[in-house]
Amino acid sequence: MQAFLQQVISGIAIGGVFASLALALVLIYNAMGLVNFAQGEMAMLATFAAYALINRGMSYWIALPVTLVLAFGGGIVIQRVVIRPAEKAPILALVIITLGLATLLNGLAGFIFGYVPRSFPSAFSAQTVDLLGVFISYRDLGVIGVSGLVLLAVYLLLQRTTVGLTLRAAAHHPEASRLLGVQVSWMLALGWGLASAVGAVSGIMVAPILLLEPNMMQSIIIYAFAAAVLGGIESPLGAVLGGLIVGVTVNLAGAYLPFVGGDLQLAVGLAIIIVVLIIRPNGLFGRAAARRV
Amino acid sequence: MLRRIRGAPPRYWLVGVVVLFFVGFPTVISSFLASEWAQALILAIAIMGLNILVGYSGQLSLGHGAFMALGAYTSAILAHHFKMDIVATIPIAGLLTGLVGFVFGIPALRLSALYLALATFALAVVTPSLIKRPAELTGGVQGIILTQPDPPGFAQSAYGFLTGTAMTSDQWIYYICLFCALILFWFAWNLVRHRPGRAMRAIRDGEVAAAASGVNIAGYKTLAFGISAFYAGIAGGLFALAAGFVSPDTFPVSLSIQLLVGAVVGGLASIPGPLLGAVFAYFLPIESNQWVPSQSWIPDQIAATVKNAGPAVTYGAVLILIMIFAPNGIVGLLYRGYVALNRRLRGAADRETGQMPPNPQTV
Repeated sequence: MQAFLQQVISGIAIGGVFASLALALVLIYNAMGLVNFAQGEMAMLATFAAYALINRGMSYWIALPVTLVLAFGGGIVIQRVVIRPAEKAPILALVIITLGLATLLNGLAGFIFGYVPRSFPSAFSAQTVDLLGVFISYRDLGVIGVSGLVLLAVYLLLQRTTVGLTLRAAAHHPEASRLLGVQVSWMLALGWGLASAVGAVSGIMVAPILLLEPNMMQSIIIYAFAAAVLGGIESPLGAVLGGLIVGVTVNLAGAYLPFVGGDLQLAVGLAIIIVVLIIRPNGLFGRAAARRV
Repeated sequence: MLRRIRGAPPRYWLVGVVVLFFVGFPTVISSFLASEWAQALILAIAIMGLNILVGYSGQLSLGHGAFMALGAYTSAILAHHFKMDIVATIPIAGLLTGLVGFVFGIPALRLSALYLALATFALAVVTPSLIKRPAELTGGVQGIILTQPDPPGFAQSAYGFLTGTAMTSDQWIYYICLFCALILFWFAWNLVRHRPGRAMRAIRDGEVAAAASGVNIAGYKTLAFGISAFYAGIAGGLFALAAGFVSPDTFPVSLSIQLLVGAVVGGLASIPGPLLGAVFAYFLPIESNQWVPSQSWIPDQIAATVKNAGPAVTYGAVLILIMIFAPNGIVGLLYRGYVALNRRLRGAADRETGQMPPNPQTV
């Protein structure tokens, strides 16, 4: 039982990582009906930026916000340079562009930093604390805490501020917002920046566990896809819950299903995606899409 | 007969020249180069399959590398464990993969294009670890090593008669690949010009309108998936033959991206596009890996990273640039150039006689 609970807790911790990246995917999906295949690679590049800052002697807790600001700016630049020229193109063209972006960023990271895995510092020690008979590492607690903080911040930003209201308005009713004087295109850029920063958190949280290298996020993005699809791809709350569910499921499957083990955990992510899409394509919290003819 | 040939439109002549080039080419180049061109042809077949799915029926698959892997492992397992002639396994690889693709296409029907892209991408990422699991069948991480066939007697004597040199194993494999590529390109050409191709394009351009016109949406969408997977399966079987081995790491997610790059660069919804795209996608990393280290002005340290990261950077940049500036790829650009040239030559009269219809954006 204790071992089981421990698996659940570390599943929640890794689930927080998936949730952040899934939330980033949902933010962009809501803004422009697009799944951003480059989200993971953007987070990976931001993590490399954090690595470079920390390596130059900056303390972790200063490097973290600086990286988030950098990621925010990077997201805006990417939207302006790569996405906006194709804004009017069919959605599949945009998907191909984000895939191209993912390949490009992956290559750039390899070009600049090489492919040797690097250990990334964690702000939390790997020591464990006894919590009601279950041993939890400070690192897991830290990941849960930071992910929770970020999700709360995004919620407050979207629901409680004028900027958030404008962002949501521009995403849901671009025409009406434009008439009301909202600069829709810049709001999209803002959405990309926000998503980029939220995704960066997932990269920084997972890097101490996985070791930092250009392909680090390749498996995480699959879990994030699974989380977003499970939650209903347009629901931020769904993405968060989906992330936690995927994290716990994958962890438990790896620990208790002998044929899954460590190496087929990713296949569990794929299975979640396929099962959800077949049984309940709108996920747990999504609405059925009405198609306009 | 002669009049019919002489009256053929210029593009038939072009096709004839290209075919003759590919037939005669390996007799004048080294055996090693022939094997490289065989790989390019294999890529062209897989890209043609992807093109039928993405370009003509408008369903985005980012996981065609997985179908190639299935075809390659089918061939390898039949040849290795069941001692079949590897050349004979290739149609089986194609049919089995086509069947799997057809079945995969049924749940895909319910998915929007976006979800399909997502699910196939996940499939491509998971494929290597799925292959490793049944280790006694697939050889696990090491994969399966195959013996390459010697050219049969009739091919050897015909080749010797025509060129006066002995045919190598690589050249024989090249001609098998060329034979498959010719048949499959010819089939694709016929497919897209007839009822199924029209139906697929109608679905791509407006699903509701197509359904209202009596097009069997589900039937043609799954058919496109099946045919597309069949192409990928044949390409996979040929890959096992040409490479002489299969291993999980030969089918990474970057293979699926390479296929997409080929399809997009050559030009979606065109028949010559996949061939041009395959030549680009296959030879770009090879050529750049040879060219970059040979340049003395590039520092060694940078040259070493270019070898690893160069293809990804170029593929990514090319995907973005093509989708933004030339959504119809090389073929679209050539076509645009042809139309512009025609207009320039004919002058203003063209405007009254009606212009060529603009190339529709396909994806």
